[in-house]
Amino acid sequence: MTAEQKRKVEGAVALALSTAAAFLGLFWLVFILGDVLFHGIRALTPDLFLNDPVPPGVEGGGLRNAFVGQLMITVCATLIGVPVGILGGTFLAEYARGWKIARFISILADIMVSVPSIVIGTFIYAILVKPVGHFNGWAGAIALSIIMIPVVLRTTEDMLSLVPWTLREAAFALGAPYYKVITQVVYRGAATGILTGILLSIARVAGETAPLLFTSFNNSFFSLNMHQPVASLTVTIFQYAMGPYESWHEQAWAASFVITVFILLLTMAGRLLIKWRYK
Amino acid sequence: MARTAKKNPVDAVFSVVTAAASFTVVILIVAILYELLRESSPAIARFGVWKFLCSTDWDPVKESFGALTNIYGTILTTVLSLMIAMPVAIGIAIFVTEIAPNFLKGPIGAAIELLAAIPSIIYGMWGLFTLSPIMSRFIEPTLKTMFGAVPVVGILFQGTPLGIDILTASVILSIMIIPFTASISRDAFNLTPSVVKESAYAIGATQWEVVKNVVIPYSKLGVFGGMVLSLGRALGETMAVAFVLGNNHRITTSLFDAAATITVTLANEFAEADKDIYLSSLFYLALVLFVLSFITLAVAKFFLLKAERKYSR
Amino acid sequence: MEVQIVADTVELEVRDLDFHYSGDIHALKKINLSVHRNKVTALIGPSGCGKTTLLRCFNRMHDLYPKNRYEGEIRFQGKNILSNSTDLINLRSRIGMVFQKPTPFPMTIFDNIAYGLKLKGITQRSELSERVEKALVHSVLWDEVKDKLNASAYELSGGQQQRLVIARALAVEPEILLFDEPTSALDPISTAKIEELVVAIKREVTIVIVTHNMQQAARISDWTGFLMLGELIEFGGTEKIFTAPSEKLTEDYVTGRFG
Repeated sequence: MTAEQKRKVEGAVALALSTAAAFLGLFWLVFILGDVLFHGIRALTPDLFLNDPVPPGVEGGGLRNAFVGQLMITVCATLIGVPVGILGGTFLAEYARGWKIARFISILADIMVSVPSIVIGTFIYAILVKPVGHFNGWAGAIALSIIMIPVVLRTTEDMLSLVPWTLREAAFALGAPYYKVITQVVYRGAATGILTGILLSIARVAGETAPLLFTSFNNSFFSLNMHQPVASLTVTIFQYAMGPYESWHEQAWAASFVITVFILLLTMAGRLLIKWRYK
Repeated sequence: MARTAKKNPVDAVFSVVTAAASFTVVILIVAILYELLRESSPAIARFGVWKFLCSTDWDPVKESFGALTNIYGTILTTVLSLMIAMPVAIGIAIFVTEIAPNFLKGPIGAAIELLAAIPSIIYGMWGLFTLSPIMSRFIEPTLKTMFGAVPVVGILFQGTPLGIDILTASVILSIMIIPFTASISRDAFNLTPSVVKESAYAIGATQWEVVKNVVIPYSKLGVFGGMVLSLGRALGETMAVAFVLGNNHRITTSLFDAAATITVTLANEFAEADKDIYLSSLFYLALVLFVLSFITLAVAKFFLLKAERKYSR
Repeated sequence: MEVQIVADTVELEVRDLDFHYSGDIHALKKINLSVHRNKVTALIGPSGCGKTTLLRCFNRMHDLYPKNRYEGEIRFQGKNILSNSTDLINLRSRIGMVFQKPTPFPMTIFDNIAYGLKLKGITQRSELSERVEKALVHSVLWDEVKDKLNASAYELSGGQQQRLVIARALAVEPEILLFDEPTSALDPISTAKIEELVVAIKREVTIVIVTHNMQQAARISDWTGFLMLGELIEFGGTEKIFTAPSEKLTEDYVTGRFG
């Protein structure tokens, strides 16, 4: 084989391997999602959503409390985390634009995004569970909001920075104070991006388990009381999957299916929004 | 920053409010560090620093705790998963940037990001109920027959392959970090100016030679930063690993053995810790993990920033 | 004092070349011209006239991007290089290109120049050193870098980097070297050095140069082609094009009435 042929063969092999890698990635995706679909759909019954858990062996149990609990915790986390994130991102992109402190906080936020969520769980346990004496829903919600804040902050900062400076100048030229420029002009320009950031942060925390393990813990009964342990889908999945009962495993799959669909829909909605707006 | 002629009071309030919001990030990090230190101080007082980090004890009854088994498991699973994930992730990045026709680039990129969006508990479920049986019935016995008797390498493949072990945990972890590493590598590759690539083509290089000799060296800072970032993420993974690692506090050389990582120990034992010193030791573990991952993530950020700065010239 | 065309050999002959970008943008229309061996041929014209497009047909750079279409022929030493059976790797090692912005690879100065040679399978250190030095001498860079061949190419100034890139292209000893506005990003001194270089190396390499600087074309080229909106308006000896062009459009352009 000539040197030139050898180069071509080597190139073809390398590129073929890369293609194989891409298909491997796709394979995992299809395999995992397919599995969740397959196992989850079979256990999806109206009972799951309408009834609360029953002792193993008894028919007709469901996870209503977990669905409701997950919803409560996620909504509360969003109500706390999103405003803080948006306001924080606003500061970095507007009032503190170009300052060293903004850079510093931005970098710290980036690091916070990837900090182990279980560590955040232990932190919240120390300040919100131990002093109170028992697990409670608020602790879980706040743990999740701590995860959301850096995500929303960074996406807000990035999206606001994309809005051209000339837009702000035009508003100033009309005599608007800075806060009005921000809320009436800049936010509007970055709205889609910020919304996407919010959707993605919700998708991120909706599937979190570790930070809830010792904050909101779990509850086998239906409860709307955030001052006490609150049931969540994710922790329930963990407990049921590790348990010995077949019915528990089925319900864990069903819950996994619902969570996965929810998160994937949110993620896709977020990405589509960005594509549509920034074409 | 805009300076208006006279200070608007609402502006002053708004700027303070937003500033406070951004400072929560700083406050949180400090607070976490502080609380973890505070809660683990009994354990630190009892076991010291070096002794704790180097001790393989984990005995709730005798009240003797050490971090080494957990640290060992954490590092082993993380490094192993990175080794498996890196070539695949780079391959995917090469495919998406060089090989895929334009109409495929978007969908495949989206598919990879979907993989990243799947929550870790789903990976755990899939790992426990689907991957683990496959590992124990097909893959691990095959590995054992192939390598079990080989000297040196063979110690990795001893024991009964039950599927709940370091190998399975590392495989799941690697699947989780692939999308992350792949998209950062892809972004790094795309920073290579097409003029430089064209120059290499103009000399007569093949497509692979352009990737190997020009694109990859050009992007190595970004790719490396992505690698370290994935390392940092893998360090903190809990649920996916908790389902399939078992929880065995010992240092082991076989990939077919159960082990313990800091995250899995915390997940399994935190809510059950009955004695104060037990809980304090668990906080101590959390502190170690926090410091370890913070440093790793900071290093990653450093490289990623350097890569960004280099190519904005 | 025209040298008779009989004495020159034609290296590249362009016959009825049509080129479409991205499927339907008709960028080049029925181009016919001849590139003579060991001469400098300049392509001039206003922005967007197609001169760079034409240049990039010669080494089939357009093939790197989808939906580009050639029609007609370009004959290189008798063979049509636009055919599907052309070996592009081989073609590009015989027809080299220098780009507008200096494009050093992320390697040392030595490795940059040796790159093309290594691709061709030359691995002997002694031969590499010899050819690297020869290339650097030809591109008038040897004296400036001979003591720091292992330094990163990024440490050189813009003008030096461009000469490095030229050395890199020369090292594989191509038969034709294509220059795409090589001095538009450089200062006047570096520009002068590169113009001298081009005139000096034409004894060994046929040169085609695209330039938006008419004076540059008048200074260094033997043949000149004037393009506008994808058409070759006129092609001929440089002196004639600049002093007594046949076409009115050419005359308007070279006297500065537009462009």
